[in-house]
Amino acid sequence: MSTEFAVELRDVVKKFVTPEGHELNAVDHVTMQIKNGEFFSMLGSSGCGKTTSLRMIAGFEWPSEGEVYIEGKAMGHTPPFQRKVNTVFQSYALFQHMTIFQNVAFGLEMEGVKEDEIKKRVGRALEMVQLSGMERRKPRQLSGGQQQRVALARSLVKTPSVLLLDEPLGALDLKLRKEMQLELKSLQQQLGITFIYVTHDQEEALTMSDRIAVMSKGKVQQMGTPVEIYERPANKFVADFIGESNFLEGKLKSISGNEAVVFVPILNAEVTGMPMAKDLVNGSDVTVAIRPEKIRVVENQSGAGVFKAKVGTSVYIGSDTHLYFDLNGTRLKVMEQNRISSLDPSTFYVKDEEVLFTFPPENTLILKKD
Amino acid sequence: MNPHRRSPLVKIAAFLVYFFLYAPIVILVLYSFNASRVNVKFEGFIPNFSDTIEMDGSIVKASPCGPFHWYCDLAKNDDVIDAASNTLTIALTSTIIATIIGTMAALALQRYDFKIKPFSQLSLYIPIVIPEIVMGIGILSLFSQLFGWLNSALDLSGDARLSLGMATVTVSHIAFMVPFVTLVVQARLQGFDKSFEEAAMDLGANEWITFRRVTFPMILPGVLSGALLAFTLSLDDFVITFFTNGPGSTTLPIYVYGLLRRIVTPQVNALSTVWILIVFTAVVALQWIQSREQKPTAHS
Amino acid sequence: MLQRLRENKSAQGTLLALPTTVWLFILLIIPLVLTLIVSFGKRSPDGDVIYTFTLDNYIRLFGYSTDCTNGQTSCFDPLYVNILWRSLTLGFNTTVIVILLAYPLAYFIARADPKRRNLFLFMVLIPLWTNFVIRVYAWMMLLRKEGAINIVIGWIANLLHIPFTPLEMLYTPGAVLVGMVYEFLPFMILPIYTSLEKIDGSLYEAAADLGANAFKTFLRVTLPLSMPGVVAGTILVFIPVMGTFVVSDLLGGKQVILVGNLIQRQFLDARDPTFGSAASLVLMVMTLIVTYFYTRKFGFGDEIVAA
Repeated sequence: MSTEFAVELRDVVKKFVTPEGHELNAVDHVTMQIKNGEFFSMLGSSGCGKTTSLRMIAGFEWPSEGEVYIEGKAMGHTPPFQRKVNTVFQSYALFQHMTIFQNVAFGLEMEGVKEDEIKKRVGRALEMVQLSGMERRKPRQLSGGQQQRVALARSLVKTPSVLLLDEPLGALDLKLRKEMQLELKSLQQQLGITFIYVTHDQEEALTMSDRIAVMSKGKVQQMGTPVEIYERPANKFVADFIGESNFLEGKLKSISGNEAVVFVPILNAEVTGMPMAKDLVNGSDVTVAIRPEKIRVVENQSGAGVFKAKVGTSVYIGSDTHLYFDLNGTRLKVMEQNRISSLDPSTFYVKDEEVLFTFPPENTLILKKD
Repeated sequence: MNPHRRSPLVKIAAFLVYFFLYAPIVILVLYSFNASRVNVKFEGFIPNFSDTIEMDGSIVKASPCGPFHWYCDLAKNDDVIDAASNTLTIALTSTIIATIIGTMAALALQRYDFKIKPFSQLSLYIPIVIPEIVMGIGILSLFSQLFGWLNSALDLSGDARLSLGMATVTVSHIAFMVPFVTLVVQARLQGFDKSFEEAAMDLGANEWITFRRVTFPMILPGVLSGALLAFTLSLDDFVITFFTNGPGSTTLPIYVYGLLRRIVTPQVNALSTVWILIVFTAVVALQWIQSREQKPTAHS
Repeated sequence: MLQRLRENKSAQGTLLALPTTVWLFILLIIPLVLTLIVSFGKRSPDGDVIYTFTLDNYIRLFGYSTDCTNGQTSCFDPLYVNILWRSLTLGFNTTVIVILLAYPLAYFIARADPKRRNLFLFMVLIPLWTNFVIRVYAWMMLLRKEGAINIVIGWIANLLHIPFTPLEMLYTPGAVLVGMVYEFLPFMILPIYTSLEKIDGSLYEAAADLGANAFKTFLRVTLPLSMPGVVAGTILVFIPVMGTFVVSDLLGGKQVILVGNLIQRQFLDARDPTFGSAASLVLMVMTLIVTYFYTRKFGFGDEIVAA
């Protein structure tokens, strides 16, 4: 039995019955392997199955089909209190009737750890999250950020092999969230514990994770490193959900290795790009995806691969300018970095001005049409 | 706009309603100091400590209690003492049992799905939508049928014969109290976030420890207010007790009712006053304890 | 065994709910069925129940009589129908008066300074903690010919030099009405308060912002939103008023006989449980019908629990 994986989900299905009586697969044949010491995120909008997956790892729910493995052991119907994983809840779930000390000590008490040992370890855990001296307070007397740290300390004091975090930063304000993201990441690296992190915030997932599983409708849409997910989205959903993308419809003309040529009617021209699916067939309908910052505006060029459009609106946002090109009624979003500082009006884009642009082939993705 | 703005009309109306609520009670207490045995008219206060007092035109030997003449009289009345002890015994026993099984039912109804759930939930509304007297005579019929049958089947005689008494009153009180306990605790559980229990289990506590250390302390205020409601319902109950009590199980309300149909001395007023004071003190003390426990965490 | 119970959530729920469900089944459902059976029975000469199936009790209740003055074998005797009607109108009148008294007070408390709200609420509860029977007794003392009300009126009349003979207030329908209103008033105040307190303060501001004056705000915002409280209060007041016999017994004397008194007498003095059972089932059906139509129109509020 391999213990290379901290947690493994094999073909897991979780069925729910909706209030109307329909059966629904909240988690639909999900398989994922989470390596030891990895910071792994499940990313998706609400109802995508990410929290249910996490709850099945924790043991709050049992799979309808398939199996969850923790350190190579099949979990079956093992109750949460017999699993070597701990959870940080979105609501923190701090016991309101206990002090901070009692909250953090609770898990050790359950293990039967001796009193002076508990004192030592709770003290260390609180020190780690910079809350020393708060032992005798009640959770309600702390700020949101502090409560979040207590929840973290309460789980980490048990030195779990895997820490499950369910949108732990969701209730914090933006600035605190950014701070905590970095802190969590460095804590994880320092302790070497596997983190499984559930979030709907793509920026958070991209910032912190070693690997991300993008989920939708109970299925894993793509699993990979942040760069892979952003630069090489596997399908239209991922391309659209992570960052921004322009989508153009076309017909595949030819494909060879890493190059596909697509005829795009709206440009009335051929576009060359990277095929993102293996089973693309000549003549089939495909979707061309390109991110706004990857489109290049050019001057005085012509020939194949150079397209023409009219400027619709341009929005100056400081670091960048967002341009909306009008392609015979279709909007194309383009982002340009403002590298040159200039107040000269002649350098600004004007409405209805004609512009030329190209799609760099290595950043133009040819996706299966869904 | 000030949200606490009220028209003076509302204030006057509120004052009048409070007056309506309190005037009878004030009169009741006042008459407990009445220097009249008949207690029809207010003949003035009993004078301070003297050997004799004039009452209804004749001179009577005074008790050593001065103005509290009727209160001392009350303390010497064995029937009242018995009735009071019956009332308390019944109220305490039935409150404990009703609170335990009612809380269990609330947990079941709020947390689980099971076959008889709709039936269980529906039966809770019976005491609310059906007049007490209907339940009272129904229970009376049940007991008289059951006891009649058992007495002849088991050939019981004399003292061994089953009859109405403390047990039947207690059992019946539980029946109409349980729904109130359950509904109050259920209302509390509605806002209960399950993640507290999941957190406890996640940290290694099994189901029982989770209940004892986390769930129960958190729903305790709800359970206590359910118990308090049940206790006051039992103390106050007249109708159910009226139909289910037997010899030796007279409660205070039944005793007072019996007196009111015959002759009433200011003793009844003294009894009422003591009653109000005891219940008032008990409730204030309970509220105080509860608010003190919750102070550091300013309960929502 | 433990493992199997741990995984069987349905069995856990059943086990937890079982004591209460069984208790209620034995002491509430079975008695109702028994009452139904008894109501179809006959009274034996020594006051026992003879189990048979006859509708005689119901026919008698709705006015059929064989004891006729004009020599006929059967005639209509409105005695019991009148009692039923009297109970129904008393229930209705009490409820209306209680709503009119409870609403302003509930409104006053709900909009009082939050710090003093609990005190005001507490002041509503205190009278409830005196005993039900004792509260009736207090009114006996007030309404009596030599009682406090007559003393006060007499005193005022004396000041104004108006001749005054004490009023006969005790043992009248009015006394019963006042007693009922007093007994059940707090049960209306609490649910109305609960529903008023739930109303978000910004709603008042929004109404004012949209140009509604205080009266219109009350009519269009406050009143509709507090209806669940009024409905719950009505159920808590109307049903017990219909079934109470203590108030009418002590404050109405022989003048005001309600269904409750009728039932009680059948079980104690008259010793005809079969007729008493029939009357009590008719009472139950009456209250259920009224409650059903009332709640169907206005909904069934959670406010019932608050009281």
